[in-house]
Amino acid sequence: MASTQTPSAIAAPRSPYARRRTTRGNYELYSWVFMRASGVVLVVLIFGHLFVNLMVGEGVHAIDFAFVGGKWSSPFWQVWDLLMLWLAMIHGTNGVRTIINDYAQKDSTRGVLKVLLYLAFTIVVVLGTLVIFTFNPCPPGAPAELLPSICFSN
Amino acid sequence: MTAVLENPATEPKAGAVPSFEVTLRIRRYNPESEHGEESTWDDFTVQVHGTDRVLDALHMIKWEQDGSLTFRRSCAHGVCGSDAMRINGRNRLACKTLLKDVNPDKPITVEPIKGLPVVKDLVVDMEPFFASYREIMPFLITSGNEPTRERLQSAEDRERFDDTTKCILCAACTSSCPVFWTDGQYFGPAAIVNAHRFIFDSRDEGATQRLEILNDKEGVWRCRTTFNCTEACPRGIEVTKAIQEVKRAMITRAF
Repeated sequence: MASTQTPSAIAAPRSPYARRRTTRGNYELYSWVFMRASGVVLVVLIFGHLFVNLMVGEGVHAIDFAFVGGKWSSPFWQVWDLLMLWLAMIHGTNGVRTIINDYAQKDSTRGVLKVLLYLAFTIVVVLGTLVIFTFNPCPPGAPAELLPSICFSN
Repeated sequence: MTAVLENPATEPKAGAVPSFEVTLRIRRYNPESEHGEESTWDDFTVQVHGTDRVLDALHMIKWEQDGSLTFRRSCAHGVCGSDAMRINGRNRLACKTLLKDVNPDKPITVEPIKGLPVVKDLVVDMEPFFASYREIMPFLITSGNEPTRERLQSAEDRERFDDTTKCILCAACTSSCPVFWTDGQYFGPAAIVNAHRFIFDSRDEGATQRLEILNDKEGVWRCRTTFNCTEACPRGIEVTKAIQEVKRAMITRAF
């Protein structure tokens, strides 16, 4: 049709239906593949986590501050929990980003929602990573009545 | 059918098609509103036969009751793809839908297809739809000298993309896609189906370019596999499957 070559006289009201300029790049491809891959890894990580926390040994009754503190003193569980945190957060954030893209009709709404989403993502990931690596169940100089029993075992 | 109309007084002949009354509830646009966002429902009751399609009822309304009712139709036999509309909430071709199949006991709702600007009543502006169709370059791309004979292809190679050659560009699939409804930026199933037709054609050499185009932010990755398009397609094309095949081609190309 010739109308695409010349700007239409009714261009303004039509604009919401016109496709905007194209974006090339493999970003959406990688994000699509990542969702599938991280989903599979997360199934293993999460069920492993649930099994170790809730079923092994004394099971759910063993969970207390000392149990978590003990787990995080091992580099294996640090890496496990770190992977779980990062993969779950990126997977979830990417999923919500997709939902925002699908449902937000106005660019302004979309922008605000995405800023809030990325802010929440950053806070949780930074705080979580910090805790996993700097966690010390017995900080030196803390009042004795606030410390768990494991700090006095030896 | 004509026999009944010519002899209304006589009893119906043996083998005559039974007639019944049906109400069509048609969405009429308001010319004062942009893109027909404001609209009203109009009810029309017509006497039809079991062999009549929704398009026949629309004709009866336009010719006998309200000449201002506007809709598109060309061949009226399910090939030109002009009269896709939303009938009882599902995208169908009015010329392929028998009235007796869409519950004529209740009023049958007829609306323009969603996601495209309404021009008048059931007529929508198809330009955004065709714009994304043009973007995927729906023509044979080759290199080298043109052969003096036809470009031959084995039956198996032809079979590979046979399903997607059936598209008639009626926009029933694209306008049934919830992702397309949101902001109309998604390429839409029809464009991807027509890209698929060339991507998997052994004679075509433009697959890389077409995959590149559909790798867009608004390309195949926005497909949520809701299967609305497959259900809507009046030609029975497995649209969602075609989209997934294009996705797979992109992934095998990237890794």
